Amino acid sequence: MTFSLVLWTFIKVAIVVSILMLHVSYVVYFERKVIGHMQARMGPMRVGWHGLLQPIADAIKLFFKEDIMPSQADKSIFYIAPIIGVLAAIGSIAVIPMWDGFAIANINIGLLFILALSSVGSYSIILAGWASNSKYSFLGGLRSAAQVISYEIAMGLSLVGIMLLSGSANLTDIVHAQSDYWFIFTQPAAFFVFVVAIIAETNRAPFDLPEAETELVAGYATEYSGIRFGLFFMAEYAGMFIMSALAVVCFLGGWDGPDIRLLAWVPGFVWFILKVYAFIFFYFWIRATLPRYRYDQLMSLGWKLFIPLALANVVFTALLKLL
Amino acid sequence: MTVHQLIFIYFAIAMTGISLLVVTRRNPVHSVLFMLVLFVHIAALYLFLNAEFLAAVQIIVYAGAIMVLFLFVIMLLNLRREETEEKFHRQWPVSAGAVAVLAVFFIMIVSKIVVLPALGEYSIDAIRSEGSIMTVGKVLFTKYLLPFEIASIILLVAIIGAIVLAKKSTNS
Amino acid sequence: MVPLSWYIMLSAVMFSIGVFGFLARRNLIIMFISLELMLNSVNVSLVAFSHYLQSMNGQILVFFVITVAAAEAAIGLAILIAYYKNNPTIKVDEINLLKG
Repeated sequence: MTFSLVLWTFIKVAIVVSILMLHVSYVVYFERKVIGHMQARMGPMRVGWHGLLQPIADAIKLFFKEDIMPSQADKSIFYIAPIIGVLAAIGSIAVIPMWDGFAIANINIGLLFILALSSVGSYSIILAGWASNSKYSFLGGLRSAAQVISYEIAMGLSLVGIMLLSGSANLTDIVHAQSDYWFIFTQPAAFFVFVVAIIAETNRAPFDLPEAETELVAGYATEYSGIRFGLFFMAEYAGMFIMSALAVVCFLGGWDGPDIRLLAWVPGFVWFILKVYAFIFFYFWIRATLPRYRYDQLMSLGWKLFIPLALANVVFTALLKLL
Repeated sequence: MTVHQLIFIYFAIAMTGISLLVVTRRNPVHSVLFMLVLFVHIAALYLFLNAEFLAAVQIIVYAGAIMVLFLFVIMLLNLRREETEEKFHRQWPVSAGAVAVLAVFFIMIVSKIVVLPALGEYSIDAIRSEGSIMTVGKVLFTKYLLPFEIASIILLVAIIGAIVLAKKSTNS
Repeated sequence: MVPLSWYIMLSAVMFSIGVFGFLARRNLIIMFISLELMLNSVNVSLVAFSHYLQSMNGQILVFFVITVAAAEAAIGLAILIAYYKNNPTIKVDEINLLKG
């Protein structure tokens, strides 16, 4: 019995991780295409039909490039920093319920588990910035440290309302609690705070200050090359997938599809993936639309607007729950 | 030797080794990194002790907030001189002796420990039926309500105090 | 079943290492980290007692210990930064001036 349980877990891990890896390589292609068309360009066209083989070519190039180490770098930390990021991003996928009853680990503290791993993931950027021993990397790392701490508070507080309404931190229970109406309708303020906070958490535009090309070269990743740079890329896009999946699970009803009889045969997994990709498209849309914030604007926005808003939402939700 | 005991022996050896690494590294960033590994081990130990909520809090608060604060301060001070200087005081053998006495004292205490047969109401099954978070929350907000409020005041004092201390004085 | 005394022993060993780090190191930041190590070892023993006595009090105490540890780290590091602005050193044996 134990053996079959272990085997089944291994199969689940293999399925989910391979889907995630496929996602990571092709979401980069998706991003370049979407942003290309939004800017009236074509995006990648050369490798394969409409550039479909571009991710594979990129991956091969990254694998075979020379792995350069700055001579003054702190070697052990320089090596380990990208690995922390990838492990934290991939580890969080373990608790995401893809459809009813399918999560690698259906644990009672699922929501807290994702928050914990996302805070561990921030170490990757801070340590990479410190270990490279270069001014640009260092500034990127410092910025990321302050940004991630500040926005983690807002993200955690915006999810407290969800926990109050569903009475659980188990992600499967949270989806079940949305069978009548999705939490985006009952918790619009929390959803707004959450969306902004996860954009800041994953260091995406318009909050991509740790890696702002125009001022910091590439921020924390300046000194990285070859597959170690690729690992940072992987961690960023896997993190986007995790955060989008969390948004779908907590606010957009998870695997719950539209209640139309014609569409009843569609499995829940399809709805889940569709919603996740719609959310990721939203990420790209914001990146193509908004200019980058200044650093002090980002911090004052986080501390003076989003944290008070999330707190007010918690108090309001608790009062509603009490009545 | 059951499986549980073997796992515990791994944790005991690993945590002792990591603790030694934490206090002996020359570079404070390495200490912080080993502390992070230690926190993950402690969180896993909490899972064995049926305290899953505390395991999550351990990672979120200690690893996600307190240790990042340490890293932030280390980066802010930008300490490079440390790497060439003496790690320990001149009188460190005295403190090693003091610690040895302390350890003997602990061993004497531990050998006298008797596990009381009087068990409380929170057995493994009782916690599992309600969930770890709800059990902790019910006790925290009923029996320990006043200490909880005092803890919130302590945090407020810490926030204000840290700002007052770290802020540049403008009037001088 | 793991005996309770094993957990207490582990906690005692970690606490002793933390005391050693606090007493012997010159770097103030590592002294603070040793302090966190001691608090964590106490937490391990509290959770172990809580589990073996089937009581919730140990876990609640760990909660308060974590709160106080966070407050202590914030205040301690703020004092460190305030001192460093006047006297750029973080060696405890060189920090011997009360006036800036």
